Amino acid sequence: MRTKALPISSGTAAHPRAAAPFSGDTRAVLTARALHNRMFARKSAFLTLAGLLVLSVFAFLLALRAGSLDAAWGDVFAVLGGQVDGTLGVVIRELRLPRAVAAFTSGGLLALSGALMQVLLRNPLADPYVLGISGGAAVGALSAILLGAATWLIDGAAFAGAALAMLVVFGLSRGDGSWTQTRLLLTGVIVAAGCGAVVVFMLVMATDTRIQSMLFWLTGDVSGASRPWPALAVLVAGLLATLPFARDLNVLARGELSARALGVRTKRLRLLVYLLASLLTATAVTLVGLVGFVGLIVPHLVRLATGNDQRILLPASALAGGAMLTLADTAARTLVAPIQLPVGVLTAMIGVPVFLFLLVRHPR
Amino acid sequence: MKSDAYALLEADDLAVQIGERWICCDLSLRLMPGERLVLIGPNGAGKTTLLHALAGLRDVQRGEVRLQGRALAEWPGRELAQVRGVQPQSQPDWFAATVMETALVGRHPHLGRWAWESGDDVRIAHEALICMGLDHMGERNILTLSGGERQRLAIASLLAQQPDLYLLDEPLSHLDLHYQMAVLAHFSALAQAGAGVVMVLHDLNLAARFADHVVLLDGSGKMVSGTADEVLQADVLSAAFGHPLRRHVIEGQVAFLLE
Repeated sequence: MRTKALPISSGTAAHPRAAAPFSGDTRAVLTARALHNRMFARKSAFLTLAGLLVLSVFAFLLALRAGSLDAAWGDVFAVLGGQVDGTLGVVIRELRLPRAVAAFTSGGLLALSGALMQVLLRNPLADPYVLGISGGAAVGALSAILLGAATWLIDGAAFAGAALAMLVVFGLSRGDGSWTQTRLLLTGVIVAAGCGAVVVFMLVMATDTRIQSMLFWLTGDVSGASRPWPALAVLVAGLLATLPFARDLNVLARGELSARALGVRTKRLRLLVYLLASLLTATAVTLVGLVGFVGLIVPHLVRLATGNDQRILLPASALAGGAMLTLADTAARTLVAPIQLPVGVLTAMIGVPVFLFLLVRHPR
Repeated sequence: MKSDAYALLEADDLAVQIGERWICCDLSLRLMPGERLVLIGPNGAGKTTLLHALAGLRDVQRGEVRLQGRALAEWPGRELAQVRGVQPQSQPDWFAATVMETALVGRHPHLGRWAWESGDDVRIAHEALICMGLDHMGERNILTLSGGERQRLAIASLLAQQPDLYLLDEPLSHLDLHYQMAVLAHFSALAQAGAGVVMVLHDLNLAARFADHVVLLDGSGKMVSGTADEVLQADVLSAAFGHPLRRHVIEGQVAFLLE
């Protein structure tokens, strides 16, 4: 016989308060309050999401407006409307627009990937680079720079290096068929360390003229990204791909065993999340190099604001990461103009103190 | 009704192994709706492993486990989770979440892929929190809970799942006396209403109070299975736990005293 309609509570209810002393009324009031709290929390999470959307649009428009050539909001909207007049119009459309899209896209990719990695490894300190993908990309990109390759070859080599590192880590950590996150994490860290050594070796071998572009690549730099649109498509597709599994990820965050007991196919889910997070990271580093801290910090900041519900956290992280990197890049090219700072330096300089503050405030 | 023809949970000639070690061989059992089964045994005897095998969370070497007449392997994961719920032994927490959110996780198998928790789900979760005395801390962060509160929350999450078969792994280990008795009473009430309960317990006196059936694993691959009265005997338990104890019946209650 099905027992679905079972009254959970009964005369033997565990809590002394839950038994006799409460009249039905009081209990109904408490239930109503719990319901209200829950719906309020959901509503405020959605409001945060909407707020982040507004912030993203603002950051994007600001990136189009700010710069050495002064533009008014009217100029920005005119260019977006398809009206390109004079030098200013060309600067906005040909220089600032792709750069803003690249900054927003890579920030969104890194933050989304970081949020996914944190659930996958159930480690709040995980970031997109923790599994060695960045190391592989760095080896690829720096080899290409060392050989004096063209920009598109550098991008291709970075992506190939990232993919190779991903396959190596995945293959080795699977080894005997078991797939524990400790093993995955350890393999990733070791591969990253190995790549780090190769990177230092290449920096030592490089001539002075090449060293600067290598360093820019290693700290992350948006100025070279001229074709950001495919990456934006990857971000949108990746975000959409996570949405059907977002609640499964909430359950996975409670632990592998609990998730399986609740009917989640954890093996398939973890493989999917791993592949997706790797693809997002590889796309981001191919576009802008190793921009640090966005992938670590942004999911944490968003979690503080919205809680750990992946259905909100993942889209909110993508938006917040995009907005943050767009603003940081705008600052990087205007703060000490005409010198352009690599944006990675700026995100690290903001990110490190913010993260330390969070660590001190939340000892866990 | 059709499903009345089947036992809720059935195991035939079950053999379970960890690495090279056999946990049990040829275990057969039959749990009808309304019955309570307790697994006991010394540390490392394989109680958790057997519980997981009965829950379909690990492969068995031989034999078959059937839930409502259907082999566990044939159940799609989500349907299975609507019918049988598991409370794991320990529940490590990595991320902050509220108590209510955590209880709502139990509703997962009842929700469609795109569905959000409805008002009814929140009500069910809130009822479960009331049962475990956690309703006044629904908005608390789980990382600030004590060990006992965490354990009660894990049970509340299982209650919110509303399965027909409850499998619990040492649900009383961190609870004080009051809640130990209250949890047992609650699951007895659920059993009376037609649910099946399988529980790993450490305390022999609590086991004697609660169990209809007992499976005793002795740690060497041997086991004793039967009704509570058959298995919970002084000589059997003394041999299995390696310490002599005596069985008394005091005012109708079975009690074990250590020698």
